Amino acid sequence: MNKHSPLVRFTLGDQAQTVSASPSRRLSEVLREDLGLKSVKIGCDAGDCGACTVLVDGEQHCACLTMAGQVSGRKIETVETSGREIANLQKSFLAHGAAQCGICIPGMLMAGAELLRRSPKPAVREVEDALGGVLCRCTGYSKIIDAVVNAHAVAQPSSPPAAGASIGARIPRLDGAPKVDGSEVFGADHRPNGSLLVLAVRSPHFHALFEIGDTGKWRPAGVDAVITAADIGGENCFGVIPPLADQPALAEGVARFLGEAVALIVGDPAVVEGLDLNTFPISWTPLPYEITQAEAGAPGAPQLHDHRPDNTLIRGRVASGDPDEALGKSAFSVTVSVETSYVEHAYIEPEAGAAWMDDDVLVIQACTQAPIMDRDDTAKVLGLPQDRVRIIPAAAGGGFGAKLDLSVQPLLGLAVLKTGQPCHMVWSRTESMLASTKRHPGSLTATIGADADGRIMAMKVHGEFNTGAYSSWGPTVATRVPVHASGPYLTPNYLATSRAVHSNGPSAGAFRGFGVPQAAIAQETLYDELAEVCGKDRLEFRRHNALKDGDATPCGQVLQGVGIADCLDALKPDWERALHEAEAHNAADPVKRRGVGIASCWYGCGNTALPNPSTIRLGLTTEGALRLHQGATDIGQGSNTVITQIAADALGLPVDQFELIGPDTFLTPDCGKTSASRQTYITGKAAELSGRSLRSAILRMTNAGDGARIALIGGKVVVEDGETSEIDLASLPLDERGYALSAEETYDPPTTALDENGQGTPYAVYGYGAQIAELEVDMKLGTTKVLGITAAHDLGKVINPLLAEGQIEGGIAQGLGLALMEEFLPGRTNNLHDYLIPTIGDMPAIKSILIEKPDPEGPMGAKGLGEHVLIPTAPAILNAIRHATGAKVTKVPALPHRVLAAIKARAEVGQS
Amino acid sequence: MHRYLKPDNLEDALAALADGDLVRAAGCTDLLAATDRKALPGDVLDLTAVTGLRGIDHGSGDVRIGGGTTWTDIIRADLPPAFDGLKLAAREVGSIQIQNRGTIAGNLCNASPAADGVPPLLTLDASVELASVRGVRILPLAEFITGPRQIGLEADELLTAVLIPGSATRGASNFIKLGARKYLVISIAMTAARIAVDDGVVTEAALSVGACSPVATRLSEAEAALIGAPLDPSRITDAMVEDALSPIDDVRADAGYRMSSATELLRRTITEISLPAEAAA
Repeated sequence: MNKHSPLVRFTLGDQAQTVSASPSRRLSEVLREDLGLKSVKIGCDAGDCGACTVLVDGEQHCACLTMAGQVSGRKIETVETSGREIANLQKSFLAHGAAQCGICIPGMLMAGAELLRRSPKPAVREVEDALGGVLCRCTGYSKIIDAVVNAHAVAQPSSPPAAGASIGARIPRLDGAPKVDGSEVFGADHRPNGSLLVLAVRSPHFHALFEIGDTGKWRPAGVDAVITAADIGGENCFGVIPPLADQPALAEGVARFLGEAVALIVGDPAVVEGLDLNTFPISWTPLPYEITQAEAGAPGAPQLHDHRPDNTLIRGRVASGDPDEALGKSAFSVTVSVETSYVEHAYIEPEAGAAWMDDDVLVIQACTQAPIMDRDDTAKVLGLPQDRVRIIPAAAGGGFGAKLDLSVQPLLGLAVLKTGQPCHMVWSRTESMLASTKRHPGSLTATIGADADGRIMAMKVHGEFNTGAYSSWGPTVATRVPVHASGPYLTPNYLATSRAVHSNGPSAGAFRGFGVPQAAIAQETLYDELAEVCGKDRLEFRRHNALKDGDATPCGQVLQGVGIADCLDALKPDWERALHEAEAHNAADPVKRRGVGIASCWYGCGNTALPNPSTIRLGLTTEGALRLHQGATDIGQGSNTVITQIAADALGLPVDQFELIGPDTFLTPDCGKTSASRQTYITGKAAELSGRSLRSAILRMTNAGDGARIALIGGKVVVEDGETSEIDLASLPLDERGYALSAEETYDPPTTALDENGQGTPYAVYGYGAQIAELEVDMKLGTTKVLGITAAHDLGKVINPLLAEGQIEGGIAQGLGLALMEEFLPGRTNNLHDYLIPTIGDMPAIKSILIEKPDPEGPMGAKGLGEHVLIPTAPAILNAIRHATGAKVTKVPALPHRVLAAIKARAEVGQS
Repeated sequence: MHRYLKPDNLEDALAALADGDLVRAAGCTDLLAATDRKALPGDVLDLTAVTGLRGIDHGSGDVRIGGGTTWTDIIRADLPPAFDGLKLAAREVGSIQIQNRGTIAGNLCNASPAADGVPPLLTLDASVELASVRGVRILPLAEFITGPRQIGLEADELLTAVLIPGSATRGASNFIKLGARKYLVISIAMTAARIAVDDGVVTEAALSVGACSPVATRLSEAEAALIGAPLDPSRITDAMVEDALSPIDDVRADAGYRMSSATELLRRTITEISLPAEAAA
């Protein structure tokens, strides 16, 4: 018998490897921390996500479920060791746009490598089976499948587009190489030397008073510090909407949700990770609690915040015309009440980061979508001036809204300030699911009326949204929903109200669409009912009512560049085909019935009726380097590429000459947050202005006209305008930004505040879209299989079709999850096996149709896309379920038991 | 420092178990998933090097599946059609990553009401072989798993093999798992069937349902209804299935749904058995 030995010997790639490690330690930890193989990602430590997939003797295994001692004598392969064998697969991933945030890619590559060894030209079904154990939250899997299927025939990368031809080019992401070679540095991947581990003590109760005992007496050897709210030097209160900030970094005496952090333990990682927190000196007094909006919003419910009576955080309202009178006069009116669930962002990267002191500056490198907001709120909590906090966003392994809020940042800051040592913090999947924000559960009741001709007369809607324990983005949801609840349709009489209700559930924040997807479920399912009672085709009914240029929204804003009709028109051939195919199928199969549904979206880009500027700096160094200071965090959506493409064409140089700087709050001007589908439009516009400004300066210096061609050759700018002129950059003095030549421009959308009736200009630019869902429902089991989605989206101007398709496919995957399987039940689904997101086998074929109806305000006419793509999916699916079965599902997700119950309820109505 | 023992033979493994409290670990797909720690807590007995624990022996008519046999091993094994249901279940265990690590003994000892392996093994009249320094005993699978996470395994015992009598290897079999997504999913309900037909008449019928009662269960009344007639799923009434089940509401489905879907799934499992090519597709 082999007695315990601290040495584990195995083959790593082709090399014999000996590592001293506890044999019962997870292999994933040994590979990452002892051998530095950081391509092995930790998403769940439970075999639920596959991000840590490595090959053991040629077969895919989750390294997190393997004890190090179990691989002695065996061969381990990771992305780092696979070298040339997976080079084509990596190229194929890049060329097909298969990597967005990139966190799942190493696992996908290893699963793909195993498949390609036995099947070099695999069919789609084989790829799905082989990659079924690796979750991706960004891409919707389509491009990953394409990449693996076509890896055997990957083309050599084509040369980047010439000067002036970047916009519209299908170029692979400019920051893609580290995402496919495993070298991308995510929040958990950078660990300063000697870094201490920060571990949070969290509330085991939804609502409880607590007292912390004598931590000095408790503190085991190896623990450097125990930090509580009493240690906080600044204001122990943060929040993304500063006037409503209410969340403590560490709770003070009362915990308001399950998993709220109440103390930090900082010390030697080997000691801290093994601590039994049950011994931590804290006493709890549980209090009554409610976790749904219905119960927490009712009279007598336990109150979350003294200054917010009835647990009401905020209300929203948009009113125009006389909806009651118009509904009274409507030939047809229909009403629905819908319920949506908490939805978890489920990015594959749990929150993580590291922090250290650089002289007197606190540097925090963590995953985020909003570096400037992180800086400001962290400085406030720590009591530091803003210029003593530097935020360097780590690559974000998915965000989708939840990484807009602070997570590890203030906690890392507290730990570094207290210990004087570099520190790191990596949340477990459970912690991430407990403590991060969620999509707001909504209860919406809506009534829509139409005249005899099928023209919309009026809409009334009220939504109650569960905003959880703290405000987060509750106010944004409460505002955005009334502005958008009409959908992209002319609605002359309108009343939309909302309330954000505090509960002891997790804080609901930003999640791709800020409440609009929930509202679209109510409105778009009602449109199907109205079309039916009006005797109209469902697409025609929408087309009939679609907003057009010159129409006013319920906010009274007169729109231009409205692309919804174009989207619906583009879908018409697929709509007719799909209806025909479903009818033919259903004539032969009474059990698996097919249905077709359609739904639209519109979505305002940028903050609602608030300033939200972006600033872009471009500089030419004396050596001839062209630097783009790009402060928009690219969380996978592609702003590093898209912003560069816009700047490139505005300036007149090719993208491959740009060197990206940042984001980094010490190096890049403020580009705001990556949210609200604003980066392509707002930061893109700043990039366009900045590019033009630098170009103008160059043309002025050389007395060249607007049509001149410029080139950057060596250290010189060469300008051709009939004759050739040169600017020798080395000969120029440095400007105030440290460049030979530079430009910096700011763009802030022209919006106005909204009055008490929500009248005004909430957004300067809107994007539009519509999607068709085709699916099959098993009438006896209630299961739904989505067969296809056809998506037409108006982008105004397509900057990069490859990345745009990726956004559409990924948004649809999240919309499908919202519709069919995702239901976060606080305290019950804190993992990725009880909380389900779509796997590679759940996604249908997706056809994207990109529409360009230019916006007068957007850069080169461009509009936002990121959130739009999710909005129509769930209502299109619900409408297709109804078309297939006649059953109306009014609570999402439409799990099989809910669909079957709706089918049975419909059958009973039919019989009575 | 915790102990980590990795014996290469059964005698040493059993001796170690007799000697002290050890975590019996093989694929670790449940053990490591159940902890937030970076290492498996406790003193560990790693069974993956024990000779003879892994593999399938079906030379003599009876079939012996070593406790350390992985789901991938089962998928790849050359077995008669009576094991098709077990193979289909193996393909539904988690993901390939899980199938490559997870073992049949681990699945049974974890005793989840939704364990994918249990319904097909029940239709194969499986027993478990339990070994300790005190000797070897055999228990029918239905007596081994006594409740959710409850098994009849003593602290000094190992589940060394799953035994299928030759008498249960006749006929064709099938398995259907119902979940809310394609891969990596825990069952809402699942059904397994093994049917032998002689001269156009059902002579053997073994039916079982999982995830609809504390422990997966055989359906003796429904089985009896099929015997002696041409294979006809409509001979199974709703009551025959429902009386045998006691489903609960959980995050995946409600009890009423489980009841009705189990009946429907069972009929489909049987219907598709008569078309083995389709069932395997």
